Amino acid sequence: MANSFQNKVLRINLTTGKVSTEPLNESYAKDYIGGRGLGTKMYYEEVGTNVDPLSPDNNMYLVTGPLTGTMAPSAGRYMVITRGPLTGTIACSNSGGYFGSEMKYAGYDVVVIEGKAEKPVYIWINNDKVEIHPADHIWGKEVPDTTDLLKEETDEMAKVACIGPAGENLSKIACIMNEMNRAAGRTGVGAVMGSKNLKGIVVRGTNPVHVPDGERFMAAIEEARKVLAEHPVTGTGLPTYGTQILINILNQSGGLPVHNFRDSGTVEWADKTSGEFMIEHKNLVRNKGCFSCVMRCGRVTKTYKPYAGFGEGPEYEAGWGFGADCDVDDIDAICQANFRCNELGLDAISMPCTIACAMELYENGYLPKEDAGCDLSFGNASILADLVTKTAYREGIGDMLAEGSYRLAEKYGHPELSMSVKKQELPAYEPRTLQGMGLNYATNNRGGCHVRGYMTSPEILGLPVKLDPAVTEGKAGVCKTFQDLTGAVDASGFCLFTTFAIGADIIANVVSAATGIEYSPDELLKAGERIWNLERLFNMACGFTGKDDTLPQRLLQEPQKFGPYKGSVNRLHEMLPEYYELRGWTEAGVPTKDKMVELGLEDAFAQMLGAVEAAAAQNN
Amino acid sequence: MAKILMIHPDKCASCRNCELACSFAHEGVFNPNKSRVHALVWERLGLGVPLMCMHCDDAPCAGVCPTGALHRDEEANGVLWDKNKCIGCKLCVSACPFGNASYDNETKQVIKCDLCGGDPQCVRICPNQAIEYKEANEGVMAKKAMYAEKFKKVFEEVE
Repeated sequence: MANSFQNKVLRINLTTGKVSTEPLNESYAKDYIGGRGLGTKMYYEEVGTNVDPLSPDNNMYLVTGPLTGTMAPSAGRYMVITRGPLTGTIACSNSGGYFGSEMKYAGYDVVVIEGKAEKPVYIWINNDKVEIHPADHIWGKEVPDTTDLLKEETDEMAKVACIGPAGENLSKIACIMNEMNRAAGRTGVGAVMGSKNLKGIVVRGTNPVHVPDGERFMAAIEEARKVLAEHPVTGTGLPTYGTQILINILNQSGGLPVHNFRDSGTVEWADKTSGEFMIEHKNLVRNKGCFSCVMRCGRVTKTYKPYAGFGEGPEYEAGWGFGADCDVDDIDAICQANFRCNELGLDAISMPCTIACAMELYENGYLPKEDAGCDLSFGNASILADLVTKTAYREGIGDMLAEGSYRLAEKYGHPELSMSVKKQELPAYEPRTLQGMGLNYATNNRGGCHVRGYMTSPEILGLPVKLDPAVTEGKAGVCKTFQDLTGAVDASGFCLFTTFAIGADIIANVVSAATGIEYSPDELLKAGERIWNLERLFNMACGFTGKDDTLPQRLLQEPQKFGPYKGSVNRLHEMLPEYYELRGWTEAGVPTKDKMVELGLEDAFAQMLGAVEAAAAQNN
Repeated sequence: MAKILMIHPDKCASCRNCELACSFAHEGVFNPNKSRVHALVWERLGLGVPLMCMHCDDAPCAGVCPTGALHRDEEANGVLWDKNKCIGCKLCVSACPFGNASYDNETKQVIKCDLCGGDPQCVRICPNQAIEYKEANEGVMAKKAMYAEKFKKVFEEVE
């Protein structure tokens, strides 16, 4: 029966130059849906847990979901799965734009990149014709020029995913960029691509994507489209203001982290960096959607002197990062720094957070002026774009910024000033205000991250129901449900933002109609739980334990300074034991055999135990 | 008055839902390559331009068609294609100055907008109203009003 999978995996080995295809493993697709789940399963089976993220032995999986390439609303996404250099955990980074759909039209659900090319190369996938070409002449170029040059050499209608100088120079916070401005942004996947001497992947596809029953599928997505169009967040808020609408909301709620989380709560000037202000100040040129999107939250923006420029963004997290976290209230400077992140291929969350960390180290006298090479004081808007450039090229202080905040703060003797979990920087939601978001950060399988269990929805936005952010009771259960649902959403190809409006019932219906595999809402959540647990097993096999499920000491011990939640700390200890219990894990956070059997993960569980024992034996 | 297709690149969000709706309506699959409409995107500018057959009054495709397969249909106020008369010469593909007609070698058909029998699916699906199907005067008057508004603002400022 025709379904929305292409049922084909493309495998490219850059060491040998060998290109091959194989059928998609159907049982993987059923149990893990696609995207994040399928990629993690393939990685765990094929690579294991023992490789250096930047070695040729580390594989990179570009994985679409069953909805990618269909007309399911806002569902054209793909996922990059590998082991990440920033955290050492499973790295999975999601991106929109057109690249994922184009991969699907070229005929592939998954593209696996293995090995390492001797010299810089790019991969040209033109339907079933796949070639590896030299890229010496493009190496060193920034993302927009790289994209244009690769299209000129191949096909103007092709789509390009590539790295910028940051990925080439193995920055641990480098992204993979597609269509110039969409990013598989977090966990340093750009460095993995750079370590393979792979500058870009160009893809052109002209094949169809089928669904088993057109009428049923169209009815299912019509329902989703209607709910998305009528919802105030997805139908009005995001198209009009983009994610930057959150600046004022978080500020008014007292959940805005400020000055590297030192002076969090609320700032008077937050509105000057908001999505609303970007319209008033004429930064917004137009809104933009990814493939098949109905929300169109993307911002095409321009800036004015002395920070004149043109590009896309920022998203809320980048706007906050270069803004409140660095104490910069100039929206033009913020946008310009964000443009540079896109052009150079840097994570626009980890980058500003690392700069904010450097600013605190500098103000405390831990990071000496001769190392800084500039006035790194909080609030210095004029240095932002330059610091981003220095990071990508590893010039001066940029060489340390490129390592992320944890390694930077450690070098200067104060790792506690890195606002990170598992060495990945925390995004724009203050865990002393949003207790449940703190739990999500601490337990996240890819380190500090908001988009794997977006507790802001219930705690601030009241979606699907309003929960008091200051309360810890009951948060463990909600956090688990959000994490599991997100696992399934990330596997399907849907954009996470759809879940502001649609829930497991509609998502399960759309995925079932596309794949012909019937998922009830419970089964969909179960698949998400399976994905979450497989990631957990992977991380534990890599040496992570329950002790790593924590937050920076500042958030657990230093009372918040400002806003309605002044005086509060994050009470992780009140939530974590219940969370472990609900997950069916031991008190130490180790998955139990019974739970793993229930989820069909007994093999992965045995593999994890074996790896942990082997590591212990080696240490003895 | 008859309706016409109007495109508004200033409103296009580059989401390409139009291509998906079109290919599904005509082919039963999702495949932008077989869509009658394309949103061409300038990535550096974040700009999309939706393009499809503009149903010319004096249509070059119909003009060169040796069999009358492509013909002006007054009732539809458009240029339609009659599969039964088509000999597959592809002159229409060469003749269209906009590149809005192509030929599918697999299915032996001309790929060109047919207005979906009066209910264009691209129009129905577009979330930003970048493609409209309406009376020519109605569409033009709305545009006029928009620009007149700008004059109004300028004069208000002067006063």
